[in-house]
Amino acid sequence: MIDIQHISKSFDGRVILDDISLVFEEGKTNLVIGSSGSGKTVLMKCLVSLYQVDQGQILYDGRDFTESSEEEKREIRKDFGMVFQGGALFDSQTVAENVAFPLEMFSVMQPAEMRDRVDFCLNRVNLSAAHDLYPSQISGGMKKRVAIARAIALNPKYLFCDEPNSGLDPKTSIVIDNLIQEITEEFNITTVINTHDMNSVLEIGQKIIYLNKGKKWWEGDKNSILETDNAEVNDFVYASELFKRIRRASHS
Amino acid sequence: MAVFQSLGHYFLFVWVVFSKPQQWRRFWKQWLYEVNSLGINSLPIIAIISMFIGAALTIQTAYNIDSPFIPLYAVGLATRDSIILEFSPTIISLILAGKVGSSIASELGTMRVTEQIDALEIMGVNSGSFLVLPKIIAALFINPFLVIISMFIGITGGWIFGVLAGVVSTTEFVYGLQSFFQPFYITYALIKTVVFAFLITSISSYFGYYAQGGALEVGSSSTKAVVYSSIFVLVLNYLLTQVLLS
Repeated sequence: MIDIQHISKSFDGRVILDDISLVFEEGKTNLVIGSSGSGKTVLMKCLVSLYQVDQGQILYDGRDFTESSEEEKREIRKDFGMVFQGGALFDSQTVAENVAFPLEMFSVMQPAEMRDRVDFCLNRVNLSAAHDLYPSQISGGMKKRVAIARAIALNPKYLFCDEPNSGLDPKTSIVIDNLIQEITEEFNITTVINTHDMNSVLEIGQKIIYLNKGKKWWEGDKNSILETDNAEVNDFVYASELFKRIRRASHS
Repeated sequence: MAVFQSLGHYFLFVWVVFSKPQQWRRFWKQWLYEVNSLGINSLPIIAIISMFIGAALTIQTAYNIDSPFIPLYAVGLATRDSIILEFSPTIISLILAGKVGSSIASELGTMRVTEQIDALEIMGVNSGSFLVLPKIIAALFINPFLVIISMFIGITGGWIFGVLAGVVSTTEFVYGLQSFFQPFYITYALIKTVVFAFLITSISSYFGYYAQGGALEVGSSSTKAVVYSSIFVLVLNYLLTQVLLS
């Protein structure tokens, strides 16, 4: 569980996150949604301490991350897995080497065990065939899956995904969404996903936080988001013509 | 004020870089890769430049000696001292600042803008130490060898082309090489090389590591890396010469 208490963050006097408090639950896919510039990415970067919060606390299962030293943060981060928007795979390493990287750095596994673990992770994301390929030789969707395999290699307690569907076609997006949800439930991970993809919201939104102008505007799940009276949330949800038509059809 | 801020930021960066590696096996693997990438791969360009600069130095020196009181073996002596004192340690370091510096800055800059460095940090890796320390240690190790090879090729080039051009004979050139030799010149050249190796790798890594934005900014950080490395090499060259030779 990740407990966020009253965090704020500004850049050059411009408030990006304004007194946000919320809880990301264990074993659930927690989605943070909002339009571009709403503060989603800054919130995620604060969660993993790529940005320091100006005030407030972030607690990982009771462990205060904001007050920890660099050394303590590095220890807590060993429980993190992160899937970046572009995958952030290491270009000079093969797919298998990318997945093996955290194991080589932080596990005491023997080479044979490591190979088994890499095979397991790549199997889990249906990428066994890409073992020896380099990131430049695989598609965007495959890169995201490799990033997921690398993120779960060390059995993380917390999985962060920054817009995992950006740049992917709808079918591949659903594959990635379902994969993340399955992994979350299978390994009881606290997963936080930044997205503005409404298909993802309705597919895997077990808990949804809507951010607007740096504030937490609304909280619910994939069922309640379609029923809410909140005008801003409705503007966001029904922004596309497709969703407007679905709403009209359901009301008629 | 901004200059002092940048200097402070640079020294903090160096402090973080010189942390104990989290995984020694990985460190040595990376170090070996960097020795090859930064050092061995630079050998062809160093050999070509050293050969022709040595040749030009010999021929220029010979043509400038028109006094009958200066013996012709002075051509070998002057070529030797120019190459050992200045050309090999300083000019080769400036060439490496261009070749190696831009490569380091663009590699790290690309890793920064594609979030690979963030990925390392989030995994709990000290990215500064993991990425930069092997480069610095590799350069400190391999650059003295490159400079010694450059000295050897430069002097050999001077001898071959000097004889081919008919400006000096083998006997005179070799006699000049053996005359008035001061072993401390080699020590002085190697001290300079090690200092320059540190400056080139650390300054270039600093600009690459803190690159922000996209391709344009990576290019700009690469340019800054070369410019600042070259300036600091030249300034330190003057200071070290003053301290070690005066």
